[in-house]
Amino acid sequence: MNSPALISSHLSKCFQRDGRQAQALDKVSFALKPGRVTGLIGPDGAGKTTLMRLAAGLLLADEGELEVLGVDVRRHPLKVQSQVGYMPQRFGLYEDLSVQENLELYADLQNVPRSQRAARYDTLMQMTGLAPFTTRLAGRLSGGMKQKLGLACTLVRSPQLLLLDEPTVGVDPVSRRELWHIVYQQVQEAGMTVLLSTAYLDEAERCDEVILLHEGRMLGQGQPQTFSDEVNGRVFQVRIADPDVVDQSVRGLQAKLSHAPGVLDALIEGESVRLVMEEGTVAGADLLANETGLKIKPLAPHFEDAFVAKLKPHSEQSGKNPVLPVKAATGAASDEIIQVKDLVRRFGEFVAVNHVSFSVRRGEIFGLLGANGAGKSTTFRMLCGLLPASSGKLAVAGHDLRTAAARARSHIGYMAQKFSLYTNLSVIQNLRFFSSAYGLRNRQQRERLEWALSTFELEDYRDTNAGILPLGYRQRLSFAAALMHEPEILFLDEPTSGVDPLARREFWAWTNALAETGVTVLVTTHFMEEANYCDRLVIMAEGEVLAEGAPRDMKALARSSTIPDPSMEDAFIWLIENRKVAA
Amino acid sequence: MKAQHAARMRLLGVIRKESWQILRDPSSISIAFVMPVLLLFLFGYGVSLDASDIPLGIVIEQPDTLSHSLAGSFERSEFFKPYYFNAIQEAQQALDERKIDAVIWLRNNFSSSLLAGQEAPIGVIINGVDSNQANITQGYIQGVWLAWLTHFAEVQGQALPMPVALDQRVWFNAALSSRMFLVPGLVAIIMTLIGSLLTALVVAREWERGTMEALMVTPLRISEMLVGKLIPYFILGMGGMLFSVALAIWQFDVPLRGSFWLLILASALFMLVALLIGLLISIIAKNQFVAGQIAIIVTFLPAFILSGFLFDINSMPMIIQVITHIVPARYFVAILQTLFLAGDVWPVVLANMGALFLMLIFFFTLVWKKSRKRLE
Repeated sequence: MNSPALISSHLSKCFQRDGRQAQALDKVSFALKPGRVTGLIGPDGAGKTTLMRLAAGLLLADEGELEVLGVDVRRHPLKVQSQVGYMPQRFGLYEDLSVQENLELYADLQNVPRSQRAARYDTLMQMTGLAPFTTRLAGRLSGGMKQKLGLACTLVRSPQLLLLDEPTVGVDPVSRRELWHIVYQQVQEAGMTVLLSTAYLDEAERCDEVILLHEGRMLGQGQPQTFSDEVNGRVFQVRIADPDVVDQSVRGLQAKLSHAPGVLDALIEGESVRLVMEEGTVAGADLLANETGLKIKPLAPHFEDAFVAKLKPHSEQSGKNPVLPVKAATGAASDEIIQVKDLVRRFGEFVAVNHVSFSVRRGEIFGLLGANGAGKSTTFRMLCGLLPASSGKLAVAGHDLRTAAARARSHIGYMAQKFSLYTNLSVIQNLRFFSSAYGLRNRQQRERLEWALSTFELEDYRDTNAGILPLGYRQRLSFAAALMHEPEILFLDEPTSGVDPLARREFWAWTNALAETGVTVLVTTHFMEEANYCDRLVIMAEGEVLAEGAPRDMKALARSSTIPDPSMEDAFIWLIENRKVAA
Repeated sequence: MKAQHAARMRLLGVIRKESWQILRDPSSISIAFVMPVLLLFLFGYGVSLDASDIPLGIVIEQPDTLSHSLAGSFERSEFFKPYYFNAIQEAQQALDERKIDAVIWLRNNFSSSLLAGQEAPIGVIINGVDSNQANITQGYIQGVWLAWLTHFAEVQGQALPMPVALDQRVWFNAALSSRMFLVPGLVAIIMTLIGSLLTALVVAREWERGTMEALMVTPLRISEMLVGKLIPYFILGMGGMLFSVALAIWQFDVPLRGSFWLLILASALFMLVALLIGLLISIIAKNQFVAGQIAIIVTFLPAFILSGFLFDINSMPMIIQVITHIVPARYFVAILQTLFLAGDVWPVVLANMGALFLMLIFFFTLVWKKSRKRLE
């Protein structure tokens, strides 16, 4: 049984989208080792889902061969489907059926003999921790529990090959850790082969092997370690040792370092900047030869460092950090520009936001961090005046949202998830529309349009439809549209969900540049490591704030002898577990 | 495990799941049982195609015994509600303001010309905006006029120059009550709603919520999925049908003159056609909104307008009459009206059932060809 579980050779798939050809997969070839967990790593649009669907027999390839468990999928899809377990991105749980009924349905469909069911259900419920909830309707489970139930349904008859399409996206870190645990248990106990896709690069390190996909092409296959090894000795941490000598914020330092010669990637990590250098460049110490007050030390590379180093040369993005003209500050930096006190929002019986309090200072980048369903978006909508609060106090730029929502809104720029632009309007038409929606006209409007086109370097794309802009430019256009009326506060709702690491870096570069001009930025994210970009943040779970503070303080909470240098994810898990203990 | 046993397990699994979902979803139950009540009461009590109490203006320029006698005839008729005017101008104004629908004009020479045996002694003006209503009104006025004239002739002792005497008899719906004719047709509308709209919505919902994708990557065959979905909705639809028939018979006193079992058989046939159309729509439209819109436009509206339930097919323009042949509800409405009001008229019932059967085969083939366990 050492033959590969899946063999793909020169697999290609093309889709017709908006009248254009989109190459979802381009001559992808690989083989899956049996009894291993292989990660399919890549951002949205890399072709992960297409590959999964092809393997599950849900799509037909344009070219190439695909053999699953020794069977040609094209010719015998049903045979493959009775041997693999497949969990699509949004797993099909029937929300109006109970946990037990969902299991029963899949047991029937998978032809699990009745005599074996009771034992199997027990095992699965123990494993997923859902045993106390078997009679609960699936729709009433939390996001993490739903995902675990989905996995249990997929595993109800132990498949030989398990295909998991982004099982951990938007799931809280604790459930994520449990999901991984279940997956490895299956591999060890049942000798299952697992193909798992993810957009979280940190999860690559948990796989036995990874396949890197980008824009339909395969960038490589191997153990995660071999990828990281490629950038070994090229990753450094730079921190400001002497604040008296260096008159610069970490953000400023990051912006500066990203322009330095030989630097591939510069990333803010708490109080320091993480650098990835080009191959064969000078050692780190030389880089800072004529800088004083800075300290540099080598770091062990992460998978993400290797990923960025691999992608950067292919990238069309300029990578240069934007600089925006600083606007005269309109208030003292210590002003609390957003105040939230005891905010509650109920939907019927369900409390989506439960006594949430925090405050944001002028010019800060403030984050709301949490899994899907934590109450981030609901809080956001109330702050924008789109949703009335059930109770509590909400003030934005000195205006009470209960009495002066419209006036408060004129101080706010809002960028919704997935850059909501009119895809069939051109760049200039989008800008013109958004500016007139904010009441700009005549000379004022013309000036702002000019400003937007030049600041965000959109002149070349002036008459291009927003739908076919490269992602980086689409982000810029969204920023420009949200900033037409010169708001003091910018709200960003999950702006980086599913965006590739390079576009994400560019996005944060723009956000940093904006914050430097004095604009206050409020951002939601479910990427734990993005908390590092924030000055301060709150961590939310199940509608409640677990902690408020600077990223450094949060991480300090989780520091222990076993975790001397905790990540934001460690901090999150620590907070959730300690909350459980307290409760 | 034997293949047959495995297939039965999967099929039962789907049926059980669909049944749980129907029982827990208030909207399915209400489309099957609340909608019939609503529609039956609306059409049974609210809508009537019969004319009664038509506001009628009567202009009497020279009051005398004869003109009063004629006015009295209109007064006694249940179809009319007379209003009196002294001059034609006043009556015309009332007609313009839509206070009255028709005018009877008795000129000052009415009595003398009548007695002299001259023609057209009365003038009639009818509001023709609603041509159907105008026809009915005209008929009723003629009826009253003829009856009065016959009576007048008898009194005068002179025979009226009328070559043929009409002896009318209305069959099947002797009271000419539109309710008798609307209520059976409504059963077809209700079953179209349950069969096509509900099925289109629930299958589209599976696409929308991503449950279909998970179902597809199981050993479930496409035939098992189709049958597993059809059976529970078939039962629900037949339940709605029986409920509507019971309401029709006991609440609206519509007689069921034909065979009950023939009615069940024909309904089952129509139900299957409706369900298959619903499935077909949901295969094409993978979200609930579009599926709902298509179902309304493709099944509900034609069933309402082109089935002969409300509007007579024979009075439609030729091209529309041809189009009605592709509306399944047309055949079922014909069967329903026959079975309820006329009885087991085999030629009519068999011909229409044959047409439904052909449609069943057509849509079945189409659904079979279109449904694949694939996403594109």
